[in-house]
Amino acid sequence: MSTATVAARSAFDAAALDTILSGTAGPAWASDLRRTALERLTALGLPDRRDENWMRTDLRLFKPQAWGPRPAPAPATPPPEGLLASAILSRDLAAESYADFEAGGAAVGPGRLAGRFASLDGHVVRCELDAALAARGVVFGAADELLAAHGAALRPHWFQVIDPSCDWFAAMHAAFHAASAVLYVPPGVRIADPLHVVAGISDGGVDTSHVLVVLGEGAEATVLTETAGGGSAGGPGGFHCGGTEIVVGKGAMLRMVNLQNWNTGVWHFARQKAVVHASGRLQWTLGALGSRLSQVAQDVALVGRGGSAQVNGVMFTEGRQHLVYNTLQHHEAADCRSDLLYKGALQGRSRLVWRGMIKVDKAAQKTDGYQRNDNLMLSNDARADSIPGLEIEADDVRCTHGATSGRVDAEQIFYARARGLSADEAARLVVAGFFQQVFDRITIPQVREALARAIGGRIHRIA
Amino acid sequence: MPSATEQLVIKGLHVSVEGQEILKGVDLTIGRGEVHALMGPNGSGKSTLGYAIMGHPSYEVTAGSVELVGADGSRRDLLAMEPDERARAGVFLAFQRPMSIPGVRLADFLRHAVTNVRNPDRKEGQELMPMRDFRNELKAKMSELSMDTEFARRYVNDGFSGGEMKRAEILQLAMLRPKFAVLDETDSGLDADAVRLASESIARIGGADMGILIITHHEQLLEHNIPLKTHVMLGGRIVESGGPELAQELHKRGYERIRSAYPEAAAAEKALEESSRAAAV
Ligand SMILES: Nc1ncnc2c1ncn2[C@@H]1O[C@H](COP(=O)(O)OP(=O)(O)OP(=O)(O)O)[C@@H](O)[C@H]1O
Ligand SMILES: [Mg+2]
Repeated sequence: MSTATVAARSAFDAAALDTILSGTAGPAWASDLRRTALERLTALGLPDRRDENWMRTDLRLFKPQAWGPRPAPAPATPPPEGLLASAILSRDLAAESYADFEAGGAAVGPGRLAGRFASLDGHVVRCELDAALAARGVVFGAADELLAAHGAALRPHWFQVIDPSCDWFAAMHAAFHAASAVLYVPPGVRIADPLHVVAGISDGGVDTSHVLVVLGEGAEATVLTETAGGGSAGGPGGFHCGGTEIVVGKGAMLRMVNLQNWNTGVWHFARQKAVVHASGRLQWTLGALGSRLSQVAQDVALVGRGGSAQVNGVMFTEGRQHLVYNTLQHHEAADCRSDLLYKGALQGRSRLVWRGMIKVDKAAQKTDGYQRNDNLMLSNDARADSIPGLEIEADDVRCTHGATSGRVDAEQIFYARARGLSADEAARLVVAGFFQQVFDRITIPQVREALARAIGGRIHRIA
Repeated sequence: MPSATEQLVIKGLHVSVEGQEILKGVDLTIGRGEVHALMGPNGSGKSTLGYAIMGHPSYEVTAGSVELVGADGSRRDLLAMEPDERARAGVFLAFQRPMSIPGVRLADFLRHAVTNVRNPDRKEGQELMPMRDFRNELKAKMSELSMDTEFARRYVNDGFSGGEMKRAEILQLAMLRPKFAVLDETDSGLDADAVRLASESIARIGGADMGILIITHHEQLLEHNIPLKTHVMLGGRIVESGGPELAQELHKRGYERIRSAYPEAAAAEKALEESSRAAAV
């Protein structure tokens, strides 16, 4: 039986788009992209479970009509800060771990942020950039104004990296993105301190923000993005439909961290893609702690010779959380390396799905591709699915994948307790040990520390 | 009658694993400052005794008591305590087969352990021992034990050789300084020089105020730790206790005399062997 697609209706409609367009500071070409996306949106239904990417995502309780643009927050509302920003700004890492201490970690004091951007319910509430960087041509801040002012640098990438029409969420995002941020780093400019973007929502709030990061040839930067807030499970929750586009220029180096830290009532849909040019290097870390249901597409395209991408995933789920990741490491050019390591720990009745693909084009000889997913089950009712895949058209490549799923061993816990550690401490230590391999790859100590602490704080007693 | 020192007192201890009775009434009293040797054939129940003292959840105590009896006659019931409370009360078990904890550095693990054991009332989340003090102490202890300090950065027992695991157990003993320690075959896996070093180190760590139960199949560990008493376990009971000369006799002649002198225990040993064999198929 074939079913006609029924368009999914929400308050993200033509009238809502008119309101956005009448108030936007963005250029006309950007408004045209929104209109095209709206046309596409009105023809689409929600993704179908027959689609392989959505097969393991249960959208039955997702009601599009519940969501639409939200009013601006009251003027005195403080901007959200975020876990990573507080870790960078106020945490003194002294003496947290023996290895850091030995490595001179006692000296790691509070750090600085080179730029800060914050939004609440789709409205920009903070936007700052180090003046010295601005003087060197670095562009960072609210997308609408900056697209108008720096069209030549940004227009070739804006909604060109990700496909704005591939499904309902992508089209909705492309038409209605709000409080979006862009970063452009001119060729040769190296930024030492991280730039920070936080998207916050209130209970029942909505966030549709978009992030575009463009690094010119030989540029270097560290970008931290994170989400915060929303309602917990059982309440009004929240809705995020976002997108991230990353362009790493020739020989450029980007360290990117995306932390999804919504409360557990939030629906999270995100499409993220990076394009890495010749000899460019990308270290991309995804952390996921929150949301009710997440569907994330994370793609890396290596389009120039000698590029490399390291992808790290740190996931912790509990309760009835259900997180789905579809990753793609697409080797389009020769001599590139991609190395993906996703690690998840699951508690309660939560579920984690990773479906990973390494795709190697005919031209991409001497590809070195790796993908691995390890999961640690902290309860009997949790469930993890790892589905690695390879699609290789070149003949001189090395591509491998692996996946493991294990439980916390009661004997390990007893050993630690016999040395005076409480059951909870023992469990936290074993889980921290499980994540150590991926933490070792994250070269920003405060990010490591913040993730470790956040995860540690959520672990219940393991029987 | 209260003794002059604190004692670990085990009375009539019966222990089952998966419904199978392994220990069938063990009595043993160890005072602080005393060394006792526990010997016995494979499968006689020596490690089971160590696990039961430490509170392993798979080892169910069906009868008997294990108590810390103070010099003033005060009694603390170990069996009512969780394993970590027992550790904080000053009891230590060096494992026959230590567990590995991948990703957790020995130093970080030990810092938690030392902090808790030295502050028995510490709640989780409260400050750990200052890193600088901890590191200095750890390095000093490691050099006393002729251990490379790099070792502290390795993950707990992960990929350790048999000998390295045992040396790491001795390091933990040295750092935790318990009142009572059960050393379960801490000599196995060590080469000849390392056993000699271990024997000296344990004697030094134990000093005059640690009660030590050494479980061993060999003589060398006892060289610097002359046992006040040697106990022989057979079929889940201590069937005979004697002085250091008993250990020597068993080393030389094996357990034939014991088996024929205690036919009932020998029969229990046989029955247990048969039932584990049956369980295996
Ligand atoms: N966790 C367990 N599960 C099943 N059987 C067990 C377990 N622990 C001990 N046993 C059984 O209990 C008996 C005593 O074992 P135990 O390890 O105490 O012996 P042991 O005296 O330490 O021997 P060895 O000298 O070989 O170390 C054996 O038959 C063993 O198979
Ligand atoms: Mg044993």
